[in-house]
Amino acid sequence: MDALMLLGDEALAQGALDAGISGFFAYPGTPSTEIMEYVQRSKQAEGLHRTWSSNEKTAMESAIGMSYTGKRTMVMMKHVGLNVAADPFMNSAFTGAHGGLIVTVADDPSMHSSQNEQDSRFYGKFAMIPTLEPSNQQECYDMAFYGFQLSEQYRIPVLIRLTTRLSHSRSGVVRREKLAQNPLKKPDDLFQFMLLPAIARKKYKHLIELQKDFVNESASSPFNSFALKAKDYSKGIICTGLAFNYLNEAFKGREIPYPVVKICQYPLPAEQIHQLYDTCDSLLILEEGMPLVEEQLKGLAFKGQKPIHGRLDGTLTRDGELNPNKVAVALGMEDTYGSPVPEIVAGRPPMLCVGCPHADSYLALNEALEQYGRGHVFSDIGCYTLGFLPPYNAINSCVDMGASITMAKGAADGGLFPAIAVIGDSTFAHSGLTGLLDCVYDKTNIVIVILDNSTTGMTGGQDYTAFGKLEEICLGLGVEREHIRVFVPFKKNYPEMIQIYKDEMAYKGVSVIIPRRECVQTLKKKHKMEG
Amino acid sequence: MKKDIILAGVGGQGILTIATIIGTAALKRGMHLKQAEVHGMSQRGGDVQSHLRLSDEPIWSDLISFGGADMILSVEPMEALRYLPYLKKDGWIITNSTPFKNIAVYPPEDKIYAEIEKTGNHVLLDADTIAKEMKASRSMNVVVLGAAIKHLGFTQEEIEEAIKSIFARKGELIVDANLRALQAGITATV
Repeated sequence: MDALMLLGDEALAQGALDAGISGFFAYPGTPSTEIMEYVQRSKQAEGLHRTWSSNEKTAMESAIGMSYTGKRTMVMMKHVGLNVAADPFMNSAFTGAHGGLIVTVADDPSMHSSQNEQDSRFYGKFAMIPTLEPSNQQECYDMAFYGFQLSEQYRIPVLIRLTTRLSHSRSGVVRREKLAQNPLKKPDDLFQFMLLPAIARKKYKHLIELQKDFVNESASSPFNSFALKAKDYSKGIICTGLAFNYLNEAFKGREIPYPVVKICQYPLPAEQIHQLYDTCDSLLILEEGMPLVEEQLKGLAFKGQKPIHGRLDGTLTRDGELNPNKVAVALGMEDTYGSPVPEIVAGRPPMLCVGCPHADSYLALNEALEQYGRGHVFSDIGCYTLGFLPPYNAINSCVDMGASITMAKGAADGGLFPAIAVIGDSTFAHSGLTGLLDCVYDKTNIVIVILDNSTTGMTGGQDYTAFGKLEEICLGLGVEREHIRVFVPFKKNYPEMIQIYKDEMAYKGVSVIIPRRECVQTLKKKHKMEG
Repeated sequence: MKKDIILAGVGGQGILTIATIIGTAALKRGMHLKQAEVHGMSQRGGDVQSHLRLSDEPIWSDLISFGGADMILSVEPMEALRYLPYLKKDGWIITNSTPFKNIAVYPPEDKIYAEIEKTGNHVLLDADTIAKEMKASRSMNVVVLGAAIKHLGFTQEEIEEAIKSIFARKGELIVDANLRALQAGITATV
């Protein structure tokens, strides 16, 4: 079969399709979005579940449900999405899987498009489940097969951790023979998914027992390699995921003189790492992300008979993603940094598109708030977060999905007036509803602006579950009909828009304002499709 | 052959199309390829770059090393300068000279051109104007690619084949516009 040129995300999706998956569940989030987008474009995926979920928690729970039926399933999200899905994720390690269950989480070291750079391998360790970290596009594809097999063999969810650089890099991928889907089959053990304390305690003991098997699997994994014999034992190298590529890049394809352990499957294969430690004078740990391996090796009791170098002692930067140069320098090689960037080169941050409806909503809001000064607007995660930048300077917070409404509520409860929340329509569907219900319950004096561009904009224009239902949802949650106000954000409508903002600030209670105009990017795409 | 190319520009200017064209030509030759792209927030009018790596040998890293790029191929002049740390000492800068001004304070063009002139091997061409003259104003990116061809190690025919296969589904008019743009880019640098 010819090689396909696929992004890491796409390779994983194609692998899952070929490995007999029955359904995908996800909420968009960079750098994971392209997995579901690939599946939605794929003819092969017709008839499989492949629509977006409201958020990562609902997606994770749906995946556990599909696993219950004996079928193979995958749930995909960005790293911070796993925080939203953490409750069902952690407990899925206790219930275990019935049909193969893969949880794919794409991390974003260096925060190209994220609020933090948390490392999902810690979640894998926390949940005590096998974790896979591909180092190239082919491994992404192969790990879908391997992950499902591991998951069904041990009846355990498997975490696959991607990072931006692999998610969004393209290379050739060779496919394998397709597997059939699993038939519908209820669990043999109808207690399996029942986490009452008495049962959960047994489940936990079982999970603990499995740990030695997981370590053995890591020791014999086709994705880990142990080149323990080498010319030079002054240094032993452990590299995880993509770091393996940077190591080889540093030696430009020449033989590496040091012993090298490549880790792409966790938990750590302890015995081989002990051997490496025993035979080498020092260790260098190269890992993409936070120092998970390094911390495990050092431990609190480590007295440092032999030096262990990595992110914790400054051999590598403590934060940010790796690159070939950082790794080369850590190996004691010369930095090949070229000419510096000339001083005249100005920054070019991302910005709201020309004609973006959010721009008009913000400019009018700024005017309506003029008498109160800055510091009244709690915002959220999406394109509209760019309203923080000049010329808008319109918002004062961005913490996590849904936090606009609840932070504004807390501030209002603390006495701030006016307290304004600005949230996107898709973000509202993701995590805004329960916060709004809190406000209604407390009759909080708050204005919630749901910026409705009728899409999930920042990730490239995906559908979302609450589309076309915003007013009904707000009414259903108990917002008074006369305090749900809709306008079309255009420059010519500023006087009306400003008046509506002011009227609703004056109302002592819960107001929802919905500026509604379609995203210019999705509009452009539609015109292209029609033209 | 081994080529490491930094493609640079502003979100929406079409650098991924250039990557796809070169990549298609490379695959036809049976070369190995890795192409790291930028998706997400930066695409909203921010600076974007793609690392395109081609080689007869297997490729390890998705990223090009600092000081390792054979070429910076840029559709915007200031963006070409942003990636100088990646350029080899004898590497080439091939860049459009038309600035894309979407920031409050854009440096004076003559200063940008002076910085580009200071680098060793470079081609600075007004790809926007050339594309317009060719009645292919949406193919500015392919004009820049045309100017780069002889330093890329591909023949004009190979790149033309790639353009035909990529744009075929968009119709003959689009294919022709891109072929004209390519030719104009080549001619402009003879």
